[in-house]
Order: sequence, then structure tokens, then C-alpha cells
Amino acid sequence: MEIQDKENAPTNVVGKPLDRVDGPAKVTGAARYSAEISVPGTVHGVLKTSTIAKGRIASIDTSKASQEPGILGIFTHQNLPKPAKTPKQIEKWRAAQSYLPMQDDQIQYAGQPVALVVAETLEAATQAAALIKVTYQADAPIDSYLDPKAELFDPQKIQQGKADGHVVRGNPQQAYDGAAIKHEATYVHAINHHNPMEPAATLAVWEGADKLTVYESSQNVTMHQGNLAELLGMPREQVRVVTKYIGGGFGCKGSFWPHTILTVLAARAVNRPVKLALTRQQMFTGVGHREDQEQTLRMGATAEGKLVSLVHTKKATTSPWDNYTESNGKVIDMLYACPNYSTVYELARANVMTSVWMRAPGEAPGSFALESSMDDLANQLGIDPIEIRLRNYAEHDHSNGKPWSSKSLKQCYKRGAELFGWDKRNPQPGQNRRGRMLVGHGMATATYPVHSSQGTARVRLFADGHAVVEAGATDLGTGTYTVMTQVSADALGLPPDKIRFELGDTRLPTAPGSGGSVAAGTVASSIMAAAQDVWEKVVKMAVADKKSPLYKARPADVKVELGRMFLVKNPQKGETLVAALGRSGQPDIEGSGTGKYGAGYETQKFSPIEANENSDDKEKKASGHSMHSFGAHFCEVEVDPDLGTIRVTRWVGVHGAGTILNRKTASSQMSGGAIYGIGSALMEETFRDPNYARYTNSDLASYHVPVNADIPDIQIEFVPEKDPYINLLGVKGIGELGMVGVAAAVANAVFNATGRRMRSLPMTPDKMLEALRLPA
Amino acid sequence: MSQPSTPAPRNPDGSRRTFMKQAGGMLGLALAPPFLAQAERLTALSKKVAGVSTISLKVNGTVRSIRAEPRVTLLDALREYLDLTGSKKGCDHGQCGACTVLVDGRRVNSCLTLAVMSQGKEITTIEGLAKEGGELHPMQAAFLKHDGFQCGYCTPGQILSGIACVQEGHAGSEAEVREWMSGNLCRCSAYPNITAAILEAKGKMG
Repeated sequence: MEIQDKENAPTNVVGKPLDRVDGPAKVTGAARYSAEISVPGTVHGVLKTSTIAKGRIASIDTSKASQEPGILGIFTHQNLPKPAKTPKQIEKWRAAQSYLPMQDDQIQYAGQPVALVVAETLEAATQAAALIKVTYQADAPIDSYLDPKAELFDPQKIQQGKADGHVVRGNPQQAYDGAAIKHEATYVHAINHHNPMEPAATLAVWEGADKLTVYESSQNVTMHQGNLAELLGMPREQVRVVTKYIGGGFGCKGSFWPHTILTVLAARAVNRPVKLALTRQQMFTGVGHREDQEQTLRMGATAEGKLVSLVHTKKATTSPWDNYTESNGKVIDMLYACPNYSTVYELARANVMTSVWMRAPGEAPGSFALESSMDDLANQLGIDPIEIRLRNYAEHDHSNGKPWSSKSLKQCYKRGAELFGWDKRNPQPGQNRRGRMLVGHGMATATYPVHSSQGTARVRLFADGHAVVEAGATDLGTGTYTVMTQVSADALGLPPDKIRFELGDTRLPTAPGSGGSVAAGTVASSIMAAAQDVWEKVVKMAVADKKSPLYKARPADVKVELGRMFLVKNPQKGETLVAALGRSGQPDIEGSGTGKYGAGYETQKFSPIEANENSDDKEKKASGHSMHSFGAHFCEVEVDPDLGTIRVTRWVGVHGAGTILNRKTASSQMSGGAIYGIGSALMEETFRDPNYARYTNSDLASYHVPVNADIPDIQIEFVPEKDPYINLLGVKGIGELGMVGVAAAVANAVFNATGRRMRSLPMTPDKMLEALRLPA
Repeated sequence: MSQPSTPAPRNPDGSRRTFMKQAGGMLGLALAPPFLAQAERLTALSKKVAGVSTISLKVNGTVRSIRAEPRVTLLDALREYLDLTGSKKGCDHGQCGACTVLVDGRRVNSCLTLAVMSQGKEITTIEGLAKEGGELHPMQAAFLKHDGFQCGYCTPGQILSGIACVQEGHAGSEAEVREWMSGNLCRCSAYPNITAAILEAKGKMG
């Protein structure tokens, strides 16, 4: 039989703007998120957190708290049962933060858990937590890399040792020194918090001493399962993690945080299911953040505006234990044709929890620096911002010398410019007015890499013509339920309503989490592979079945498309998978498969023998392409010259991201990415008090996220793109792409409106007014 | 989890005057001398009003009774006592709108409303919008069609707020909808689609 490959894959529902299959559950309130799972006997956990950022706990008085009716347990570092191992003792710890509070009396950051109360009601637990009296011996904390007490150091490696803290290509300093045009600028990025609408929650249910089920708001159930099993010293299969619905994550629920294991330990101690949801305030000190940071980018170019050197440095705050910082340099390294590049990271330890990946980690702030500087360069040379980008267009990836697996950026620039009416833009800054308002137009490039990944799926086709498809992925609003239903429907030739796609459970085949934009490409490919396993089995049945039109055909001569098997040479002769299965008397048939996304798939596709040897070196040799998605943002702003307020009034985003599985959900995701970026550009900023290292605006009234009235119409398009190297279906992830370059597009529009270059995010009215007071 | 239904009590307690009296009493405690620690003030408060009693709530046309303390919010009563988890807790401070329900037809933040004071009122939650056969309310159908959500967590609040927005006469234009829907945060940022959904549903709500 011939395995259908993506080149001639017919599409039926893949790509169509299907309504979300989980939509009815979400619009009727039937969708249950982690804190809403109904388990008999469930009691409530509430955390009490530290009011100081550094020091130790001198005493804890729980006497008043324990008098509250219905208290089942008050746990502090003195009586909370210890985990089998702490994160530091776990070799394969999979999380940004390696510190677990409540193991001793030490306080390392404000908002660190110091006690956990379990009570029959939420009200009693909340009240008792308030009544616990903690006295501290406080030391002077360090609040950030800007603190005079802070010491910047060279971490050598970042991302828990997984990425280099120094990258050099060519001879960047020399090239910069000799460049005809030199541009140097420093860009500042405020602390941002993910703030998904659903607060992080854990419902821990012990079903005996050695069997645990955790309903967790998790972007990655496999990660949560693995870490819990290690912390508890239990076999992995005895720990089940379930996440059927998750109310957004944006990265923060893709790492492991203290409240999860603390709840699990407390549940074991009180011998009841315990549910704990962080309060909104605790969300600011419970699940990480995007770190406060500044970058300096020195850009050298020829007199024609061709880049010759990019010299990048970054300073950022990190926690007392971990060297996490976003890899801002990667996007600066690869986006343009530039022969010389370097980046160096410097970190300072402060009394804050470990920061963590937040939507487009690295690419979002990195692109702000690069794309703002490119705009300056265009302005300095008096050429169009698109033209400067075309002069530096990378026909291959200069960061590694590899050809692109696919790249449609020129089409994105062209189509975006058309939709936006870019040709009508006045290139002279500060010349456009609409009434009192200064109007400006800016653009920037988007890109996001393919992070190689793999996962498994199972397909069970029933003889009555429906199917259950399973993968332990998650859907954090990204549309996984829907797009995987579409992929399954086409793979089996069934209508989408005959497919039930199950996700979010470690009992299902292992799939990657939702993070790094890997879910769509990986899980879709896994399902296709599992479906092909079913095809092979049914084809074998058919060719051995006298009643089948394919009886005695060679399996190699049979092709399967949209659930119908037929002879390649005589397509009329054939039947559906379901028809053949129905005659067999077998109620159902099951297939499983492994899908690969990125370099692993390329290896498999082009040198299967080498790949089977499973050697990393061979994989590197065989994976000859650089894989990225690209796009272009176009933005119009109005700036109030008297108040300094900036409003985005129009937005166009055009992206090339391979096969789009569902135009409707994909457009929503790209539009949401743009708005998330507009938030970081214009309003999002958490303030850490310089004396106490505590957040002063940890709620949704004072941490401003965009509201409906802040947002204009947003136009999103995808350009057609086929990528044969990336995975079975040619799918690239889009979760992060839509946000990359957004802040720069806004800043570039503000420059066009006012002639002022804003290099500190967010661009709040105070900063804008100050810039407007100074001469352009 | 569901409680047996009981007939609706005639409840005079919903008046504004009664609220002011009760609130005045609580305010007095809340403003107690500053030498009392916050926790102690809370204790004092809870002692004054402590005690589990029967609270009857008319939710989606059915009266249901719970045994709960007076400090239980309407949101927690719905979620934790009646297992109606469609109303969401996003901030518990009236800042995000995820908990929006209709009380006597008006949109309120159920996290800022006490259950005990919601007795005798018509409470509509997301679970009460679709018809018995499952036919969606026009606002629900429009959210589905226009993809007015991604993760779905703010969605019940957006839908109820959207219905009230139309009924209040605040859905006259795109700009008006955006303004009057700005009390409901959506971090996935489905705002353009939410606006489109409300404008479409407006024409079908009759």
C-alpha cells in the first residue's frame, strides 16, 4: 500500500473554519476547569504567603486559626510532610524554578508560601489563613538588577544550562567599528505577568497510599506527572494528571510551581481530596513572570543600509537559585542577512521567584530591540521600512548557514502593505493629524522558530463509523480539540461529528504540552501516523476478504484517501475503511503512531536508515533546514499630544505558517497574539517596590491588560505556504508568532506619528509626554 | 451535589434599605479603631454574622436551598454549594467580570455579591440560557459562530454581560459595545470577535 503523503493529501475539513468542537461546552458553562471537577469529599486549601522578601520565619502562631470551625489541617514548614526529594535533588527536574518553599524557615521572595490551611469550606480556610500570625526576621532584599546591591554576573549558560549565554558569529566588534553607519540603542522591558483568566489550580485526589490523581491547570500534563512522581518517589504510572479544560496559560502553566506539590502533600496528610486555587494576587508571586530586563543593540551597516554587524547584550533579573532568562538574541541572530553577530547575557540575583517563559519568550523582547533599530536605520537612510528589510532579506538562515524549509516573508510584506494601504503612509514623522491627534503608521517583522518535538497518538475506528482519537495534549484555547478533530476526520474519512478527540490526561498516549508552538504540528502528525497504522490493518483485512472490491489486491497497490481505500491504477475499485471493518465482525480496530515535528521529521523523511540508528549526530547531519514561521505586522496609532496617550487604531497581520488547520481558530489566535503584544507595548507593567521587593500592583485593576475598548478591528491573513520538511502535514505552530514584533510595530508607528523613539516598554503616557517635551 | 428544590419564599430582604442597614453595620466594624489588626477585625466581623443558615436562591427559574454562612458570596454559592461552575472566578475582586451573572435582569459581579442578599431575586447564570432541548440562546450561538473566545474561561461572563449590554440599549454601535463590554476581561483577547458576536445577537434577541 502507498502511504498518503502530504503533497497530494486531499483536504476536506482540514483548513476549514469549523466552529470549535469544544465551543458548545464553553458557551453553556458545561466545560469544567481544574478547580471545578466534582469529587465527593473535596475540601479547600488556601495558601498564606510571605509579606517579606528576604529573611527567616521567627515564629508562627496558628492558635487562633485552628479555632476556626471546620479546620482540617494547618501546615507550615514545621509540620508539612516532606516530599521524597526536593527539586534540587532531581536530575531531570522539568521546570524553571528549582526552589521549593516550606522546607525550612528561609524566606527568599515576597509571596512565597509559608502556610497552607485545609478546611471544610473555602471561607473557613481563607479566614484561618488570615489568622495565622507569622513573625519574621527580615533582611534587606535585592529587588532587581538595578538595585545598587545587585551584582551582575556572567551565567555562561542560561535556561537551566540548556542554552549558551555567549554566542559569537564572525567578528562582530571589528565589523561594527568599521561600519559606515553605526546605531546603538538600549531597550527596556518591564516585568510582565501572564495573567490567564483562570487562576492556577490543583485538585489532589489520593486513591490509596500509592495512587494519586491530580486535576491541574496544566499546559503539559506529562511534565506535571513526571515532576510529581519524582518529588513523591512514586512510579510515574501511579500519578495521573488530568487537564480537560484550561483557562489560558501563556507559558505560566507550562512550568511546575510550589502550590501543586504543597496541595498534594497536604491532601495526603488530611486524607481528603484538596482543591487549591491561587488568588489573583497570588498569581503574581505563584507562577512566574517575564523578567525585568534591558538590552543594548549595536547595529553596523553599510551606507546602503546593509547590515554588517549586530552586537547584542542583555541584563536581567533572576532568582536566588536559577539562571533563567529569555533568549532574546536568537531572533536577532537569524532574522536578517548579517555576517557578524554576538550576544552576551548578564544576570543579577534578586529576591524574586524564578521568571519563566511567557508567550514568545525571547522573541518578543528581542524583536522589539531589533525591529525598532531597523526602523531607525530606515529613517536615517530615508528609505521605506519595508525596503530596509528587503535589503537585508535573509535568503538562508545566517545564524547556522542552512536553507529555510520554507519562508514566505516577502509575500507577507507585500500582502500586508496592500491590505493596510502602506503606500499612502507619510514617511515624514509628526506630519499626520486627525483632529488633535497625531497619527502614525509603522510595521515590523514577526518570526518564530520550530522547536523540534515528537509525540504519540492512538486512533480507534469503530465499525459503526465513528472514532475515538487520543493524545495527551492540552487545549489552552488554542483550538487543539478542534483542529485535531479535523485532522482525524480527514484521516479516516468521517464527518467531524463522528470523531471524539480526547486530550489532557496522562493515561492517554504521551504528547508534548502546549508551549513553544509545538502542539499543532506534533499532535496532528501523531494522529496521521496513528491513522496510517489503522489504514494498513484495514487494507490487509480487505485484500483478504472475498467480499471486498480489493480482494487479492497487493497492499502496495492500494491507496487511502479521506477514509476510502482504492486501487491506485483503478480508483473506481475500492471501498471505505468503515465498510471493510464492518464486514470483518470486529467491533473496532486500533492504531497508534509517533509524529515528529521539525528536525526529527526531516531526518525520518530523508534518511530513514540513518534515523533508525537513533544517533544524535546523524540526526543533525540529516536535518539540513532551518525552520521558522514568518509574518508582518502593520499598525496605525493615534497619539494625544496633550495627554501622551497612545491608541492603536488599526492593525493588519499577515503570516506564513505552513498548513493552516482551521482558518477561524488560527485567525483568532493571531489576533489574540497581536493584542497580547499591544498590552506589553502600551500598558503591562508590574512594579516591584525597590525597598521591599514586593509587587505593588498585583491585581487586575492596577496591572492593566487590554480591555475591549482598547482594541480596534484587527485584520489577519495567512499567505499560502507549503513546507515539505517540517512534519507530515506541513503545519507550523502559530501560538507565539502573532506576538513577535508587535511592540516594535507599535513603537515604529509612534515614531512616525511623533518623531519620538520610545525604547522603554510599556509606552505609558508619562513616558510619551516626557518624550514630546523634548525636541524631536 | 444538587439540593432538593423548595418553593420560593416570599423574601422582603432584597430591598436597598435592608442592604444599607446591613452594610452600615458591617462598615462600622470595618472601620473599627486601627489598633485592631486586620485579622482581628475580620474575626470580629465573622463573629457578628457567624452561623450556618438556610439560604434559598432562585437560580435559572428553580429555587434551591443551601446551608451556608452569610459571608458566602453568590459566586461561591453557585460554584461550591450548587455545583454550577459555569460562573467563573477570575479575580474575586470585581475586576475581571468572569463571574458576571444576571440578578433581576441586571449584570452583577457575583464575587462582590453575598448569596444571603440574593434571596428572592431571579438569578440567571450561563447554565440557564439554552432552551431545554439544548437550543442555544442567540448570544451563545453568536459567540460560537464568531469564535468569541479561545480558552473559554471569561466566556460565561462575556455572554451574560453581552445579553445585558443589548438589553440596556448599549449595543448601538461597535464603539458602544466595546465601551460597555470593557468590564469583562479576555486575556486570549477575543475582543473583535466578541464585539461582532454581540452585534449579531442583538438582531436575533427580539
